[in-house]
Amino acid sequence: MTTHTERARTAGSTALDLRGVTVRYGDVVALDGVDLAIAPGRICGLVGMNGSGKSTLVKTVMGLVTPDEGTVSVGALTPTAALTPTAALTPTAARKRGLVGYVPQNEDIDGAFPVSVADVVMMGRYGRMGFTRRPRPADHAAVAEALERVELTDLARRQIGSLSGGQRKRAFVARGIAQGADILLLDEPFAGVDKRSEATISRLLRELADDGRTVVVSTHDLRALPALCDEAVLLLRRVLAHGDPLDVLRPERLAAAFGLDVLAEGDRDD
Amino acid sequence: MTDPTGLLGLLLEPLQFDFMVRALLATVVAAVVCALLSCWLVLIGWSLMGDAVSHAVLPGVVLAYIVGAPFAVGALVFGFLAVALIGVVRDTSRVKEDAAIGIVFTTLFSLGLVLVSVTPSQTDLSHIVFGNVLGIGTGDLLQIVLLGGVAAAVLLVKRRDLTLFAFDPTHAHAIGLSPRVLGAVLLGVLALTSVVALQTVGVILVVAMLIIPGATAYLLTDRFTSMLVIAPSIAAVSAVVGIYASYFLDVAPGGMVVLAQGGVFAMVFLASPRHGVLVAAIRRRSRRRAAGRTAVSP
Ligand SMILES: Nc1ncnc2c1ncn2[C@@H]1O[C@H](COP(=O)(O)OP(=O)(O)OP(=O)(O)O)[C@@H](O)[C@H]1O
Ligand SMILES: [Mg+2]
Repeated sequence: MTTHTERARTAGSTALDLRGVTVRYGDVVALDGVDLAIAPGRICGLVGMNGSGKSTLVKTVMGLVTPDEGTVSVGALTPTAALTPTAALTPTAARKRGLVGYVPQNEDIDGAFPVSVADVVMMGRYGRMGFTRRPRPADHAAVAEALERVELTDLARRQIGSLSGGQRKRAFVARGIAQGADILLLDEPFAGVDKRSEATISRLLRELADDGRTVVVSTHDLRALPALCDEAVLLLRRVLAHGDPLDVLRPERLAAAFGLDVLAEGDRDD
Repeated sequence: MTDPTGLLGLLLEPLQFDFMVRALLATVVAAVVCALLSCWLVLIGWSLMGDAVSHAVLPGVVLAYIVGAPFAVGALVFGFLAVALIGVVRDTSRVKEDAAIGIVFTTLFSLGLVLVSVTPSQTDLSHIVFGNVLGIGTGDLLQIVLLGGVAAAVLLVKRRDLTLFAFDPTHAHAIGLSPRVLGAVLLGVLALTSVVALQTVGVILVVAMLIIPGATAYLLTDRFTSMLVIAPSIAAVSAVVGIYASYFLDVAPGGMVVLAQGGVFAMVFLASPRHGVLVAAIRRRSRRRAAGRTAVSP
């Protein structure tokens, strides 16, 4: 178990807590006894090579994938009282309360679908609306604010598929913001995104963390990691390291995690 | 007051027959409900599912007829049975989904045909297959309006959830909605709608009404809300045109209604200002000509 995980657990306040989580897809072991706790109000970077299990970990927290072993609990925190967690919840219960927002790696959505950017962001609010999901003024206000924060106000009425890849990513981040989730999971939000969009999203994540929200973001941009995150997790089916970004990114660790070192190959059990 | 030989007189002429009024009402209701549903089916890519379920309800309807239960119950049971069987065949064998759908619905449909042939009132067979809109009684009309009303109400009240389900089921799951339940709602409505439409245009042509209006509206707008207005409007107009045409030309009403929908689709397909093929071609050509002109001129 690593220091940051221990620290969060001893402090008694974890936004996310995974204990011995193992996930298999048939014969493929995607996660192998992952033990990881993240304190609220932090930005945690998730790094590791392709196929190291980053997306699987995020999906497990979302309850999109059920672990074969181990448990996932989500702290029920409010942004205003971030440090006074109530009972920890299962992913399902957390979802029902709209606690976790999710920006998927590939929005495998139909680009030609006849919905506008504002419509998509409004979908973030559905969990809070009544039976027919009729938007109230507060919902419209939340959507407008989220769009403004990702700098998409001018494109609000555009059809979602007509946005560029980076703009679309921002739209989905806006949906997570409009949802008002306490925990935001972003799976590679910077892939195929230009510097400006990247800066917008990074600044936004910082603002959210300052509000007391917890952000988990998987990324391949190792250079930007220290500036972006409070802590980092190096993943290769298991947690290889969890700590300050600069510490986690030490060359020998990366060599092991990314298999650049032949010696490190012996460590892998495939 | 009105000139009986004028256009108005011509339009009113069929309405002096009660059966024509009933046919008109039934067809418009069925067409509108089908058209609403078609907006989602087209976007999810469930057209083939629409085909399957609308055929697969046949044995359910016949069995309900035999035991004297409401048609809707039999249709719902067999609609869901079909979907379940398709899932089983697809997931537990190497047969792909399109083949699974083809196998399951044709088998169930055949079961329906066999059941029809052994039930006493044999004449019903062609009515079920091709519809019998001119023979619709007051009781049938009542049932069509009732079931159609239920289907339309469910679709309209839950339209935002269903659209979310069609657009991004993962997000629906993430905010605590159940994509499974929403999918089941849509399939349930599909089974209900099939029963409604069955009596007007028949089992074979139901699928046309479940696809064409939505597809037509999709070519006309980039807003889903507008689709929900355009599709039923097109369907209602086509229904009226089709029934009138069948009266004056003395041709099959079910076929005529679908033909009218197909005609509207063809026009939109060619000439839609947004996504029309012809319009795009003209635009391309004028652009090429403009480009050619600049290239030639020094
Ligand atoms: N649905 C699935 N069925 C079977 N195997 C899967 C499935 N999803 C992921 N895997 C496997 O699980 C392992 C982890 O995949 P995962 O997508 O979590 O990796 P990742 O770290 O997100 O990779 P990337 O950087 O490429 O996004 C890989 O070996 C992958 O092939
Ligand atoms: Mg991934």
